[in-house]
Amino acid sequence: MSNSQALKKSVLWDWLTTVDHKKIGIMYLVAGAFFFVLGGLEAMIIRAQLMFPELNIVSAQAFNELITMHGTTMIFLAAMPLLFGFMNFIVPLQIGARDVAFPFLNSLGFWLFLFGGILLNLSWFFGGAPDAGWTAYVPLSSAEYAGTGLDYYVLGLQISGAGTLIGGINFLVTIITMRAPGMTMMKMPLFTWSSFVSSALILFAFPALTVGLFLLMFERLFGANYFIVEAGGNVVIWQHLFWIFGHPEVYILILPAFGIFSEVLSTFSKKRLFGYSAMVFATLIIGFLGFMVWAHHMFTVGMGPVANAIFAVATMAIAVPTGIKIFNWLFTLWGGRIKFTTANLFALGFIPSFVLGGVTGVMLATSAANYQFHDTYFVVAHFHYVIIGGVVFGLFAGTFYWWPKIFGYMLNETLGKWFFWLFFIGFHLTFFVQHFLGLMGMPRRVASYLDGQGLNDLNFISTIGAFFMAVAFVILLVNIFVARNDKAVADPWDGRTLEWATPTPVPEYNFAQTPVARELDALWYEKMQGNKKLPVAEPLGEIHMPNGSILPIIMSLGLFIASFGFIYATYWVSVIGLGLTLGCMVVRSVKEDHGYHIPVEEIKQDKEVG
Amino acid sequence: MGHAQHNTDTLPPNPEKATLEGRNKFLAFWFFLGGETVLFASLFGTYLGLRNGTAGGPTAAEIFDLFLVFIMTTILLTSSLTSVFAMLAMKKGNFKQMLVWMWVTVGLGVAFLGLEIYEFYVYVGYGLTFTTSAFGSAFYTLVGFHGAHVAFGIGWIVTLLIRYRKSGLTLTNAPKFYLASLYWHFIDVVWVFIFTVVYLMGIGG
Repeated sequence: MSNSQALKKSVLWDWLTTVDHKKIGIMYLVAGAFFFVLGGLEAMIIRAQLMFPELNIVSAQAFNELITMHGTTMIFLAAMPLLFGFMNFIVPLQIGARDVAFPFLNSLGFWLFLFGGILLNLSWFFGGAPDAGWTAYVPLSSAEYAGTGLDYYVLGLQISGAGTLIGGINFLVTIITMRAPGMTMMKMPLFTWSSFVSSALILFAFPALTVGLFLLMFERLFGANYFIVEAGGNVVIWQHLFWIFGHPEVYILILPAFGIFSEVLSTFSKKRLFGYSAMVFATLIIGFLGFMVWAHHMFTVGMGPVANAIFAVATMAIAVPTGIKIFNWLFTLWGGRIKFTTANLFALGFIPSFVLGGVTGVMLATSAANYQFHDTYFVVAHFHYVIIGGVVFGLFAGTFYWWPKIFGYMLNETLGKWFFWLFFIGFHLTFFVQHFLGLMGMPRRVASYLDGQGLNDLNFISTIGAFFMAVAFVILLVNIFVARNDKAVADPWDGRTLEWATPTPVPEYNFAQTPVARELDALWYEKMQGNKKLPVAEPLGEIHMPNGSILPIIMSLGLFIASFGFIYATYWVSVIGLGLTLGCMVVRSVKEDHGYHIPVEEIKQDKEVG
Repeated sequence: MGHAQHNTDTLPPNPEKATLEGRNKFLAFWFFLGGETVLFASLFGTYLGLRNGTAGGPTAAEIFDLFLVFIMTTILLTSSLTSVFAMLAMKKGNFKQMLVWMWVTVGLGVAFLGLEIYEFYVYVGYGLTFTTSAFGSAFYTLVGFHGAHVAFGIGWIVTLLIRYRKSGLTLTNAPKFYLASLYWHFIDVVWVFIFTVVYLMGIGG
């Protein structure tokens, strides 16, 4: 509906039915932030328990549930949706599009993720959360050893995974077919490129998880025997399926973060990104190699020296394209007019932090040495260095960089710098010492440790660091609240890419006239040519928009209801739930919805106001 | 997009890809089939890992009925052919003929599904159930996933056939029929692999 009509509808209904990529992006950000806080609280309890030896703040069972839910929540329900939030809001703007290729599916993907996440977290209230670690290895996760929590795990992740897959396909098509005239693939901003490669990884990685989760579900609920050795089963199959998904998953997370750093470093160095095409190809190579290395998570399972050696070498090879990227970022900074904004501080802090995580990655890839590192805090230190030092720093850089465009106001820079430094120090304090805890032999996923083993001091330091990060995050929340009246201009950072050419707040249709991209960093190019505005590809005319729909939320709700039927073996509930979902699919297929048009007068009005 | 009233005379030569929406769907569906390929590859991998895990229960060589499977294969391959005829009719603008060929495709699909259910019934009679052994679980999962895809495809195509029984070909429904036929081919290709990997290797190796 047009803007004047939209006012007549209630705000809540508008958000529940929206297919606008910007609103969906904001919903991803809000939901992702909520789960990020949940996962963070779980982490704080874990660190509190380990602050001193032999503490009993939570039971060993609760500790297992906490570590499982911390990992699962942070990966699937916090990091992924937060990145999806930025991808949703920013990618269509960066390629000069009015929306994604499939606005309806975009909405469906979000609601599936949200209902899956809620289902998983409801396990806390119905018999306990999953407790087999985020990797859910069998037989630990089998019906014999784990309670209903694991049922919530398989179904919750199945539903949210379906949402992610839908989102991935949507971005692939959007980036291929919806680019503005002139924007060839090799003129796309790097965040768009990395989102593209990341989406391709989603497409080819998530189905393996889908199968793994189905198998575990069938075994737990219907008595199948894939992983039961007495019945001819094999537990290693789960590990393969999980890591065929799980390893690409870490690249799915890190690549968009790399994209954010590329945008931020280039903008705040006032320089075009150094080695653009090398960056693109490095991203593609990382994406490809990401599928060739999954078994490095399984070096100690007994695959034999040949398999271990192949996967070790393949893993080390990833250091090459990653190194190319690190040097390109450094050369982007070289000779630039660097501005130390909060966004840029996170990007600058990322480089040494991530390199540390990369170095321990190569150490872990050495399969012989891996027998020593395996399942110790060394591994915990490594993946937190790459995930916090890489992905979370990227999310925070993106938050400060794109906040003015997304929410229309500037975050406070002073508070931002407090946030950065506290978080940066806290992060290194927490995880640097964990390398040494691991080398001393402290195993991961164990609820406590004994006194007198030399582990006390480093654990204490680690917990103090965690408190630093928690305080820092509170400062971010305060910042979001106190800065809310500092209205942002359309292009506060003197930006280079097309999202900064839109007015703030961004109108529903993004661009009144589809722009033409003439160069890499299209907006910057026009600025340097002395042009106030982007060249346009079409005369001002009425704009076709898709209608909102309530179906995605009902479809997701159907699967949510069906899941309870499966968990509690009351299959008529499942039939109702699945019927609801399939019924909505039929309605969607049968009812032709051709959208509506925004009249020219309304666009002209918007232009005058904006 | 006021193209609901187009008649076939004014449609462009490839109506399924004439609009941006149609092209987007076409591309997205190929990506989706790429993901489906990984899904079935994972199931095939699982089956290959477990096919000898019979735990004292029936083995593949003991129970598989190649003649029945050969009939099923023939039926499904023929249904792929009839869906090609349907698409050729669509490209010629002959909507009626397209509907007829699509109904034939659906009929063959139903026949295939019926025989598959009968096949499972026979195997259960031989003592191979979903819970007998790892082999049983992996077999019914892989072949059952394929069967579920066939059932979904039948439901999808029948929905389209009923919805558009009188509408004539439009730029909106052409991509829908085209994608359904693409999906049908995919199911067929997966079956060719199942025939080889599950049945031929089950009997012969």
